[in-house]
Amino acid sequence: MSFLTYLQGISRDKLKLALYSATSGDVERALNSPEGDLNSLLALLSPAAEPYIEQMAQQSVRLTRQRFGANIGMFLPLYLSNLCANECDYCGFSMSNKLKRKTLTGPELDAEMAVIKKLGYDSILLVSGEHETKVGIDYFKQVLPQVKHQFSYLAMEVQPLAEDEYSELVGLGLDAVMIYQETYNPQTYAEHHIRGKKKDFAYRLDTPERVAKAGVDKIGLGVLLGLDDWRLDALLLGHHLAYLESKYWRSRYSVSLPRLRPCTGGIAPKAELTDKGLVQLICAFRLFNQQLDISLSTREAPQLRDNLFPLGITHLSAGSSTQPGGYVNPDTQLDQFEISDERTPAQVSHAMKRRGLNPVWKDWESAWVAG
Amino acid sequence: MLKIADHQFSSRLLTGTGKFSTPRTMLEAIECSGSELVTMAMKRLDLKSGSDDILQPLLSSGVKLLPNTSGARNAKEAIFAAELAREILDTSWIKLEIHPDPKYLMPDPIETLAAAKILCDKGFIVLPYVHADPVLCRRLEEVGCAAVMPLGSPIGSNQGLVTETFLKMIIEQARVPVIVDAGIGAPSQATRAMELGADAVLVNTAIASSRDPVAMGRCFASAVQTGREAYLAGLGQVNSVASETSPLTGFLND
Repeated sequence: MSFLTYLQGISRDKLKLALYSATSGDVERALNSPEGDLNSLLALLSPAAEPYIEQMAQQSVRLTRQRFGANIGMFLPLYLSNLCANECDYCGFSMSNKLKRKTLTGPELDAEMAVIKKLGYDSILLVSGEHETKVGIDYFKQVLPQVKHQFSYLAMEVQPLAEDEYSELVGLGLDAVMIYQETYNPQTYAEHHIRGKKKDFAYRLDTPERVAKAGVDKIGLGVLLGLDDWRLDALLLGHHLAYLESKYWRSRYSVSLPRLRPCTGGIAPKAELTDKGLVQLICAFRLFNQQLDISLSTREAPQLRDNLFPLGITHLSAGSSTQPGGYVNPDTQLDQFEISDERTPAQVSHAMKRRGLNPVWKDWESAWVAG
Repeated sequence: MLKIADHQFSSRLLTGTGKFSTPRTMLEAIECSGSELVTMAMKRLDLKSGSDDILQPLLSSGVKLLPNTSGARNAKEAIFAAELAREILDTSWIKLEIHPDPKYLMPDPIETLAAAKILCDKGFIVLPYVHADPVLCRRLEEVGCAAVMPLGSPIGSNQGLVTETFLKMIIEQARVPVIVDAGIGAPSQATRAMELGADAVLVNTAIASSRDPVAMGRCFASAVQTGREAYLAGLGQVNSVASETSPLTGFLND
């Protein structure tokens, strides 16, 4: 059974009713449950859990330190291209947005990587808009060896690919794939994805399975918080994660919890997630899944990020640019979205250390397993 | 209802046929236990005479027979025993047991996985007896086993759920029924296995070696049912949460 079939078997109305009618008893049971399950996640994401956020945070910190120590992995996004053949009303890269389009050439990529290496990073997330013909598998096959030569850990956040394409990229050094569903509500999904291949909800939903079958080390899931009811979307993200973990148990998983940010031509959030809600979300996922990587982007403001670091986060970026070529030539013409934390990696690293956390710049060496 | 492959059982207690003082006691104990799936060793079948004082009465009692490959020391022997069982007993169901170690009768994980893959490919309904190894159980599930049967403690030892920590992991992760097999020595231990979420338990020595196997069969029947009901009702949690003093979320009030 695919996850699409699984999802179609769930009654959204019933699930929403259960989510909004959870009681304090359900939350207390979840807090006292040694192993997280989907019932516990439901309770912890519910409005009934709001008075328990401090308790959730205490547990989240304890579980995170127990599993990961004080370590937080540092990564940086490298935008390869802002070309996009999709029209999505929340994204600055949308094809109808009048902005200067750019795809990095080999020498430009080298120049970007040189700046990033100087900042201390060894883990990279390659990002592109979704343009299959101009920034497709042939381009990625060209780029990956060049990047892997410089970075130990290589993740990608690009358009969904076929299983054999992912397999090819694994052979070239691909370690992780981030593929965010944006929302698990097919109707909302259809409203926001107006044109282009991204309109295909089912194909995107099946992507993590193709990634897993191709043997990629880590799979990143996520929703764009604010497109739909964040509690329900997050709960369905939990269902997706549980499904994948059960079926593809050799893979590692991460979640990203981005809130909808202002961007060129973009929409305002429909269902606002407050700071308090974000804390609830991070802690609920940590209590649900103790081995899960949870990453935090520079979309959040510096002070909030500092407070969120210890609560369950395992990976974060600092000093990000969201435009191709932006590390060499910073300007704001080509951005995907606005970032809030503009501190340098050194400043963020210092803030982490003040809180007793240890930034980890290198955490993988594929030569150990090459053979 | 317990569903294994395409078959449904109303009882979640599986029993064995070894160690009883008489075939009659065995039959009575099985009947009182309510068990509908009963395992017996292929090595005990009398192939020469064509009749058997255990087999024939069992078949007549209407229970489903689960032949096992106990005595097999490697995959080759187990596959041969399974094929023999299919031929003689006209069933594709097989409890796969491979234990080359005569002292503790520990199941051999490598030979078991190899045999399970071949038997599943040949169309058998394979229920492998294994150590309580969560990774092995997932790999057995992947090759197509219809259930997994991790041990609670060494076979015939009546030591109970020595492997409880690992049984919990297996139960949490499995997508096929988990039947706790071997080592359950008392009804309370069967209840505990069911409370943890096991789909069924298999009990033989604890019933057969008791002073009154028939009464003990009955006790296990109710113990398994109680454990299952407790699992479905949801156990109350042991409170492990201490109240911390320095808030981590105070910044939300700023």
